[in-house]
Amino acid sequence: MSETISNVTVTITVNGRQRDVTCEPRKLLSDVIREELVLTGTHVGCEHGACGACTVLVDGAAVRSCLLFAAQMDGAEITTVEGIANPDGSLSDVQEAMRDNHGLQCGFCTPGFVITLTAFLRDHTDPTDDEIREAISGNLCRCTGYHGIVNAARQVCGRANGGES
Amino acid sequence: MKPSKFHYHAPATIGDAVGLLGAHADEAKVLAGGQSLVPMMSLRLATFGHLVDLNKVDGLAGIERSNGHVRIGALTRQATAEHDTTVASDVPMMAKALPHIGHFQIRNRGTVGGSIAHADPASELPAVALALDATLEAAGPGGERQIAAADFFEGTWQTALAEDEILTAVRFPVWGAASGFAVEEVARRHGDFAICGAVCGVELDGDAIVRAAIGLFGVGPTPVRSTLAEQALIAGGAGSDLADIARQAADPLDPSDDIHASGAYRKQIAAVVVRRALTKAIEEARS
Repeated sequence: MSETISNVTVTITVNGRQRDVTCEPRKLLSDVIREELVLTGTHVGCEHGACGACTVLVDGAAVRSCLLFAAQMDGAEITTVEGIANPDGSLSDVQEAMRDNHGLQCGFCTPGFVITLTAFLRDHTDPTDDEIREAISGNLCRCTGYHGIVNAARQVCGRANGGES
Repeated sequence: MKPSKFHYHAPATIGDAVGLLGAHADEAKVLAGGQSLVPMMSLRLATFGHLVDLNKVDGLAGIERSNGHVRIGALTRQATAEHDTTVASDVPMMAKALPHIGHFQIRNRGTVGGSIAHADPASELPAVALALDATLEAAGPGGERQIAAADFFEGTWQTALAEDEILTAVRFPVWGAASGFAVEEVARRHGDFAICGAVCGVELDGDAIVRAAIGLFGVGPTPVRSTLAEQALIAGGAGSDLADIARQAADPLDPSDDIHASGAYRKQIAAVVVRRALTKAIEEARS
């Protein structure tokens, strides 16, 4: 298509900081986060909504950033994995638990899992193991390190880590 | 960038949205939750010159009960409907179908109306709308009209909506207290599209079944309602041979083969999921 498409400008708050972004309407939120905002903690895996690596919080809800256009985000508050640590820079409970339980191996899927678990455990303070597994079912770990991730979630809920897997 | 170029529009009113669709005719596509549309665009299975984003339109989301119906605004997020107490108590089939859609991150963004208007034959909500005799409200250049679910689904991704019409809400009738509902499906992995699934409802009066709904998805180009099996169930009552009823539901089907399953397998599974769903629905109605 040779027709000129006008760029769109949106104002978004990313990890507490207000940013203006100008981009083509077709640019995915995931690509804007990585390329325009240079927050490369958000990973892109499948880029069609299957793997969950690009999960971010939009207005508090965990969503796949590869299934949104940045053009839609005017006024939105976005949290990426870079915004998950505590204000003093120490690891959040979820991040700490992922480390304690070997919840990551190669680390590619980790940002997506951290965001997913942060949202899920905020809304479910005492989930069963089945509920934890269902919550992470939309995130793929090709190292298949799921047991460590489930154990991390259990630790955040104040249950013994390790053990049953 | 993966999708091809498009002009982006974010109208504030449904009238403006309809106007944009009319102005750009077959170049334009409505964007709601985008959880099916965006991947199709990223894979370049679909290209559009104009996207009309409904997310800034006021009044398209919300759930209200009135006049024996529950009305769900088209832009209501699936996650909102899934956790809504009115939906849980008054349209239990919908509440039971929603957790089968993708994953919670998808349902945080995906919409009830978007799923129905997208009309994927393997998805749950079109089958729920069809089985429950939902009424679909659409806005177009000539104003609003109502479409019965039975007249809505025309083929794979094809509905009775005109190019310049937008689905604005779905109304579900509320069944009586002695009702039970169940959703059963078979999928390769949790959150995948189902190979085949059934949505069933029964309303009892003692052992008599006064109302029955049997809907199937993943078995053809549109969701299917098994009217003959429903009639057989109503004639036979709660003591009916449910395996036999389920076979009657599956018999007329002619699902096609694809990489996930053969048509013959789908047909066999259809009878299984109908039997399971009816068993659960009757149990629930009795409790």
